[in-house]
Amino acid sequence: MNLLDAVLWLPLAGFFVLLAVPRAQEELIRRLALAVGLATFVLSLGLPLGFNRSSSAFQFVTNLPWIASPPIRYHVAVDGLSLWLVLLTTLLTPICVLVSWRHIDRRVKEFYALFVLMEFGLIGVFVALDLFLFYAFWEVSLVPMYFLIGIWGHERRIYAAVKFFLFTMAGSVLMLAGIIYLYILTGTFDYPTILEQIVSGKLALGWNEELLLFLGFFVAFAIKVPLVPLHTWLPDAHVEAPTAGSVMLASVMLKMGCYGLVRFSLPLFPASARECAPWIVALAIAGIIYAALVAMMQPNMKKLVAYTSVSHLGFVVLGIFSFTQLGLDGAVYQMLNHGISTGALFILVGYLYERKHSLEIKDYGGVATPAPNLAVLFMVTSLASMGLPVLNNFVGEYLVLQGAAQVNFRWAVLAAVGVILAACYMLWLYQRVFLGETPEAVRGHVFDVRPRELAAMLPLIVLMAWMGTATRTFLPPISGTSTSILEKTRVNVEYHARALNAPSVAQAVSPAAGQANGLPHPSKELPRAR
Amino acid sequence: MPGSFVPTSAEYLRVLPEIVLALAGTQVMVLAALTPARGRRWLGYLGQLGLWGALAAAVAAQASPGVAFSGLVVVDGFATFFRVLVIGAAILVALCSYGYLQREEAERGEYYALLLYSVAGQSLMAASNELVLMFIGLEISSIASYILAGYLRGDPRANEAAVKYFLLGSFATAFLLYGIAMLYGATGSTVLEGIGAALARRGAGLLVGAGAALMLVGLAFKVSVAPFQIWAPDVYQGAPAPVAAFLSAGPKAAAFAIFMRVWFTAFAPVSDRWEQVLWASALATMVIGNFAALVQSNIKRLLGYSSIAHAGYVLVAITAHSEIGTAAVMFYLAAYVLMNVGAFAVVGFLAGRGERRLEIDDLAGLGARQPVTAALMTIFLLSLIGVPLTGGFFGKFYVFRAALGAGLNWLTVLGLLTSAVAAYYYLRILVVMYMHEPAEASEAPPPQGAALRLALATCAAGTLLLGIFPSAILGFVNAAAGAR
Repeated sequence: MNLLDAVLWLPLAGFFVLLAVPRAQEELIRRLALAVGLATFVLSLGLPLGFNRSSSAFQFVTNLPWIASPPIRYHVAVDGLSLWLVLLTTLLTPICVLVSWRHIDRRVKEFYALFVLMEFGLIGVFVALDLFLFYAFWEVSLVPMYFLIGIWGHERRIYAAVKFFLFTMAGSVLMLAGIIYLYILTGTFDYPTILEQIVSGKLALGWNEELLLFLGFFVAFAIKVPLVPLHTWLPDAHVEAPTAGSVMLASVMLKMGCYGLVRFSLPLFPASARECAPWIVALAIAGIIYAALVAMMQPNMKKLVAYTSVSHLGFVVLGIFSFTQLGLDGAVYQMLNHGISTGALFILVGYLYERKHSLEIKDYGGVATPAPNLAVLFMVTSLASMGLPVLNNFVGEYLVLQGAAQVNFRWAVLAAVGVILAACYMLWLYQRVFLGETPEAVRGHVFDVRPRELAAMLPLIVLMAWMGTATRTFLPPISGTSTSILEKTRVNVEYHARALNAPSVAQAVSPAAGQANGLPHPSKELPRAR
Repeated sequence: MPGSFVPTSAEYLRVLPEIVLALAGTQVMVLAALTPARGRRWLGYLGQLGLWGALAAAVAAQASPGVAFSGLVVVDGFATFFRVLVIGAAILVALCSYGYLQREEAERGEYYALLLYSVAGQSLMAASNELVLMFIGLEISSIASYILAGYLRGDPRANEAAVKYFLLGSFATAFLLYGIAMLYGATGSTVLEGIGAALARRGAGLLVGAGAALMLVGLAFKVSVAPFQIWAPDVYQGAPAPVAAFLSAGPKAAAFAIFMRVWFTAFAPVSDRWEQVLWASALATMVIGNFAALVQSNIKRLLGYSSIAHAGYVLVAITAHSEIGTAAVMFYLAAYVLMNVGAFAVVGFLAGRGERRLEIDDLAGLGARQPVTAALMTIFLLSLIGVPLTGGFFGKFYVFRAALGAGLNWLTVLGLLTSAVAAYYYLRILVVMYMHEPAEASEAPPPQGAALRLALATCAAGTLLLGIFPSAILGFVNAAAGAR
C-alpha cells in the first residue's frame, strides 16, 4: 500500500460513504463529495513531490496477485506519462464538484456518488499496468459517465448517452480480443512483461498478426480520442452532458484514448504503428482543419467547444505519430493543456448557461458589461485555447508542429492552419458573446461570477500561465518517458522491415527524419532477428 | 461388469441427491393432497428444505467420486459442479416463487413437487455417463418443466407457452432418442467411453453421422441454439416469471452438461467433423439472439432472446473443445444463472398481479421510485452486457479466451461485436429505469417478501463476487475441467 493506492482507492471509499448518506441531506452530500475530491487531490500532490524526475521507470509500484489463473495482477504505477494525467483527474474532480454545486439540483446523491466512482475508474485507467485491469477500469469509467449524461443532461441526453456508450463499447470489445490474444501468446497480462518480451524479440509477431492487433487497439483508442471520422459521438455527448460531465469527458476521458495510443499502441506494435502512421497523420490533420471549420460555423457554444476538442486532439495524434521526441513530448503536454483549457471553457460556458439557460450564441451579446470578471476569465481561457505564447497551449502545439516538421514540413504547414483557425473561432465567439450592445434579456439575467465560481476557475487560470511559462516543472518527466517509449519503437521495428523487404518504414518516416531521430535506415542489412 | 449386481453403499451415495430430490418431491405431492387448499404455503418451505438436503447430498457425493451402477452414473468434479448449479438455481427460483405464487393466488403444493422432480432430472443428467440414462434424466426434467410452464392454468399466455414447449420439446426428445438408437446400432454401446472407443477404432460411418446429427438437433433445442431456438422467446414470455427464470437456468445448464459429456467423450475421436457445425451454430445463435432482442418491447421476451444469445456464447466455448473451454462453459453458466434468475425475479416482482406490466416502458422512473430494486437490476443488466467487475464479464472473457486459445479468431471477433450490439437493448432498460419519468402517478411499491429479497441479494452478491474474485470458483472449475 503506497501513496498511489491511496489516491486510487480513496474515491471508491468516498463512493460507498456517499451511498450511505440519506438522500435528503443534499448539502452534506455536496460537502462530502468536495471533501473526497479535495482529499484525493491533496494526496495526489505527493506523487510529483515524491517522483524521481531523473528516472523513466515506473514508480509507486504496487504489484499484487488478483486472480490466480489466468494470472491477473493488481499492478499499478505511474511514470512521467501517467503522473500528470492522474493529477489532472484529481484536480478536476473537486473543481467539477464546485461547478455542479447549484447546477445539479435533483438526485444529488446519485450524481456525486457516480462522480467519485468515475474518478476511481479514470485514475485506474491511467495507473493500471495489467492489461486486464486496464480494460476493467476502461469499461468501469464508462458506466458512470453514461448515467451522468443520461440522467442530468439536456434535451437529447438519452440519445447522446446511448451513442456514447455504444461507440466506446464497440471499440473496446476489439481491444479485449487483442488483449486476450496477447495473453495467449505471452501467458501474461502484465504490460511491462509483454513489452519486455517484444523489445527483446522473444515475442515476434507476424506482420498481419501485428497489424490486426494494432488495429484492434487503435480503433478503441481512436474512438475515444476521437479521431475523425470516428468523432461523431463527441459533439452529441458534450452538448447534452451537464457541465461537470462535459468537463470530465473533454479533459480526462478523451485523454484515455491518447494515453492508450502512447502507452500501448506505440511500444507494443511499433512496426504497424509506423506503417500506419502516414494514414493516421492524414486523419489527424484532416480532423484539425475540418473540426476547426465546423467549430467556426456552430451557433451553439457548447458544440463549438466540443469541435475545438476534436481539432486540438488532432494535434495530439499528429505529435504521437510523428515518432519524434519533440512531437511526443508536445503531444503529452498538449493532452494536459487541452484538459486545463477546454475544461475551463466548458465551465465558463456552463456559467453562462446557468445564468441565461441558453447555449445559443445569438442569445448573448455584450456580456462583458454586466459581467466583467467573467469576461476576463473567458478571454484568458480563449487566448490559452488558441495558443497564445506564455499560455499553456502554445507550448504543446509548438512542440508538436516542430516535431511534425522534422518528419515532413507539409504536415506542419497544414496543421498550423488549425492554429490560425483556432484564433478565428475563439475570437469571433468572444466578440459575439461578450462585446457589442448588451440586449435587455442579457442584462437582466447575466451577473458576474460568484466567489464559488471564481474559486473553481482560478486554479485553472493559474495553471494556464504556469504551464505556459514554467515548462520545466512539467516537461522533464514527460520527456524521460517519451524518450524511452520512442526507443522501444525503434529497437524492434527493423526486423519487420527487413523480414518483408518492404520500404514501408522508410515511407512512414522519411529518410531525413530517420536521421534526425536516429532511426537506422531500413535498407541497411542487419542480421535477421527472427 | 462388476462382480455383483447389488449396489454398494458408496454407489447409493453417488446418486443420493437424486434420491433426496425424488423423495422430497413425492412427499410434497402427497402432503399437498392431504392439506386443505388454503394452508399449503408451508409445502414451499418443505420443498426448500428438500433442495438444501439435495445440495448437501451433492457435496457429500463429491467426497467419494467414481462411477456407480455399472458405469451408468459418474460422480466427478464436473458432475458435482452441475448438480450444485442446478440445485442452487432451483433454490433461488423457489425463493422468488413464494411471493409470486402468493400474489397470483396459486399456492398449490404441486408447484414445488414439479420443481423438485425437474431438478432431480437435471441432477441425473449432470451425473449420467450413458445415453439412455441421460435420456431418462432429460425426460424427467422436461416433462416437469412443461407442466411448470403452464402452471397458471387460468392464464392463456401460460397455456400457449406450455403447449408450444411441450409439442416442440417432445419432437426434440424424439430426435434425441432416435439419434441414440442409431448410435447404439453403429457402435454397440450406449456408455460414452464405449462409443468413443468404437469410434476411435472404426471411425465414423454414415449411421454415426446421422445419429450424431439427430442428437445435436435434440440437444440444440434444449439449450436453444440456432437453428432450434425459436421456441425460447415464446415460452419465456408466456411462462410465469419464476418458471421462465428456472427454464433459462436449470434445464439449460443440465443440457449443456450432457452436451459436453457426449461431444467431448463419445464424439471426441471425430471432433474435426463437428467443430465446424458448432462454429456456424454458435455464430448464428449470437447473431439471431442479439439482433432479435434489439426490437423487443416486452421484457420477458427480450430476456428470452438474450438467453439465446448467451447460449451462443456458451456454444463458442464448447466449439473451442479444450480444457479451458470446458471450464469457461462452467463458469459462464454459473454467472449466467445468477444474473438471469436475478433479472427475471425483478421482472416478475415488478410486473404486478397477473403480470400486467411487462413492457419496458412500465419500468419508467424505477430508479427514483425504488432505488434499491433498480440498483439490483442495474447490476444484473451490466453483468448481462458484460461490464467488468461482474460475473458476466469474466465469463465472457473466459469464453473468448478459450476460443482464441483454440484458434477461433473470427468467431471471437464476430461474437464480441454482437455482444457490443447487445449492449444496446440492455441499455434501453437502464434508460427507461433511470432517465424516463414515471408515466402515471406512481403508486407505492408493493412490499418485497424476505425470501425474494434474499434471492435478489444472493444473485447480486454472487454476480459481483464472480466478477471481482472469480478465483472463488475458478479453481474448482479448472480442476474439474482438467480431470475430465
